Amino acid sequence: MKIKVIVTPKNGVLDPQGKAIQQTLNSMNFIDVSEVRQGKYFEIETDLKDEKNAKKNVEDMCKKLLANLVIEDYKIL
Amino acid sequence: MKSSVIIFPGSNCDRDMDVALKKFGFKNKMVWHNDNVIPKSDLVVLPGGFSYGDYLRCGSIAAKSNIINSVVEFANKGGLVIGICNGFQILIETGLVTGALLRNKYLKFICKNIFVKANKTHNKYFNKIKKDILELHIAHNDGNYFCSEDDLKSMQDNDQIAVRYCDSNGEISENSNPNGSIQNIAGVFNEKKNILGMMPHPERVIDNCLSSNDGSYFFENLLSNMK
Repeated sequence: MKIKVIVTPKNGVLDPQGKAIQQTLNSMNFIDVSEVRQGKYFEIETDLKDEKNAKKNVEDMCKKLLANLVIEDYKIL
Repeated sequence: MKSSVIIFPGSNCDRDMDVALKKFGFKNKMVWHNDNVIPKSDLVVLPGGFSYGDYLRCGSIAAKSNIINSVVEFANKGGLVIGICNGFQILIETGLVTGALLRNKYLKFICKNIFVKANKTHNKYFNKIKKDILELHIAHNDGNYFCSEDDLKSMQDNDQIAVRYCDSNGEISENSNPNGSIQNIAGVFNEKKNILGMMPHPERVIDNCLSSNDGSYFFENLLSNMK
């Protein structure tokens, strides 16, 4: 089974990469873009068969490794 | 005094640190990250570099190495632990010091000499140091220190801000902040102040033939405070 996770910078945490992307998009005439936040996307292949268990396990992974909860939020899709 | 420097795959300041520690009188041993035990030490150093290629987040993979359990145990017993640059990032990822290190504000790798003002109160690292405005070297991409307002306040109240970027006169301002760190923070202590994490490299400036000799004050002072 494949579990997908998105990790993003928390609101209020400076995201210099997102800012640079936003400015570049603006300079490319995508003038409607007012903010970009850059995050990470993980696809985790697990041998567990039960989805609830697998997601619980992935949540543990997020807390222990995949995200730094001081600066990042995670979302299991 | 005995010290240990931990080597991770991708560390590149481990030997500089070894040279510096020995120069100032430490009996130093190098310890491989896959070992489980730290040799008897008075000081443990996590050196700078790019452990595990900075994959995922700087320091995050190294923070799960075999040796880290012993480092945490050593630190929890009050042992002195220093993390420089990537070592600071590893300390953050282990949770031994508070906060996070984000990408530099202007997205540039910064490699230059800077000045920092050291906090001399209630810690073995800078107490009685002969010079408290030090010219040290930084070389990093992710040194932009961040923590929550609550954490910042509690660290300020407990004197845990170890070093702050300043100019050559010791003035701390936005102009002397190379990477966007909040409050110009270049390094912090844990609550008990036996752990120091900082971005600047004292081991790179320990001789008059180098661009600065101010790292010498740091090591001499630390050794004398440890005796």
